[in-house]
Amino acid sequence: MSPLASAPAVSVRDLCRRFGRRWALARVDLDVAQGERLLIVGANGSGKSTMLSILATLLPPTRGTLRLFGMDPLQDRLAVRRRIGIVRHAHGLYEDLSAADNLRIRARLVGRSVDVPAALRGVGLDDRTEPIRTFSAGMRKRLQLAALELESPDLVLLDEPFSALDPAGCADVAALVRNLPGTVLMASHQVERASAICDRAILLDQGLLRWAGPASQAAQAWKAVQLEGSARPSAAAVTA
Amino acid sequence: MSVHPGPPADASAPPAMLPLVRPADQGLGELLRELGTGLATVVQKDLLVEWRARAQLVALLGFSVVVLLLFSFAVGPDSNVLARHAGGYLWLALLLASTLLLARSLQVEVESGALESLLLAPVRAPAIFYGKAMANTVLLVIVAAVALPVDLALTGAQIQQLPPVLLAIVLGAAGIAAPGTFYAALTARVAGRQLLLPLLLFPLIVPALLASVKATSLSMAGDPMGQLPSWLALLACFDVIYWSLCGLLFEKVVET
Repeated sequence: MSPLASAPAVSVRDLCRRFGRRWALARVDLDVAQGERLLIVGANGSGKSTMLSILATLLPPTRGTLRLFGMDPLQDRLAVRRRIGIVRHAHGLYEDLSAADNLRIRARLVGRSVDVPAALRGVGLDDRTEPIRTFSAGMRKRLQLAALELESPDLVLLDEPFSALDPAGCADVAALVRNLPGTVLMASHQVERASAICDRAILLDQGLLRWAGPASQAAQAWKAVQLEGSARPSAAAVTA
Repeated sequence: MSVHPGPPADASAPPAMLPLVRPADQGLGELLRELGTGLATVVQKDLLVEWRARAQLVALLGFSVVVLLLFSFAVGPDSNVLARHAGGYLWLALLLASTLLLARSLQVEVESGALESLLLAPVRAPAIFYGKAMANTVLLVIVAAVALPVDLALTGAQIQQLPPVLLAIVLGAAGIAAPGTFYAALTARVAGRQLLLPLLLFPLIVPALLASVKATSLSMAGDPMGQLPSWLALLACFDVIYWSLCGLLFEKVVET
């Protein structure tokens, strides 16, 4: 077995990212094994989305090292990107095109030949032919996940997959996420729901990694950190 | 629990930027095939998006016609002046319409996060640039195909040599599309992009615009002094420069 095959899906050391004078992430160390499902919790502005953008190679870190499947995105950006799929707040789809058009384009871009009607059937969108600008938030999210399944990435990054969804939509998305193969890193405010489909969790607070442990204890850890209030250390406070 | 005391001590350390991808470990054939596939998909996708949202394309065509109408009203009924400057009116109408087209072309990508999806697919940045620039060239040629007959009807000008006019339109559209796509990407994420795009684009494309106007006007007039080939060659040279430079720099713009 090659060393890369057994390398962690994600390995970051001293990961930092600064926007202007504000540190969005500071000194984060993290390893995520292949096949693991990691939940990232934290308040708004805690650095969750920044971290996912760095892991997706869309944002360069200010400092620190990052290895994805043992590869350095600085050296092997395209090879790394072939193994990554991401669902973000911005859906990354074309509003004027239908769901089928969007999937066809995505399939062509990733070089896969895909049964588009079957992929749409899998997310309950096979009867929708209108432009996706008319879709609800839940339908867009399901389409994003269908596009993700089509790419079959080894590392799936999900940024608030349950946002703007009603309970039924959340349940649908949770079921789809549960079936995703590979390593999953999910940032979510819905700790109870997300922890049910993750193995492990970390808690980011004002750019710092404050806690890591079993996903089942994530809600408890977050409450504890929130109770610490303004006394807790932060990257922003130290740089001020 | 893992608690860290704060940010790195060396706060002034320069950020570690991602370098450009060096395709050294990839065969040339494979690289070209990958670029070609990405480029073709981006062209197809952009044209499909425009076709599905064709109301906007129709509005763009209407806009170019209205601009031509305004020129003809502003100049007045002097048919000689109108006919002499028919090429200039056509290109000014195309230039104004192009700012709307080009801004929209990148806005579609940036607003929905589709540009990141393209980069993560992964499609190489030059394939994205050349794909979008080609699609924008095609769309500008379509606008020109509608604007040209209107221009001729309003000004009373006549085309003595059609092929050079068509060539000038294609080369001129390419001369606007390449830097326009580049600057549209550069300004897509900033406030006031509608103002910034023409502000940056117009000065840059003055030489190509001048060559386009001259080549079109000479074709319409029958090129009595045999100057047309020189203007067309000059236009082609500007196209080569724009397409090369913008293609090289595009990655810097989208990967930051």
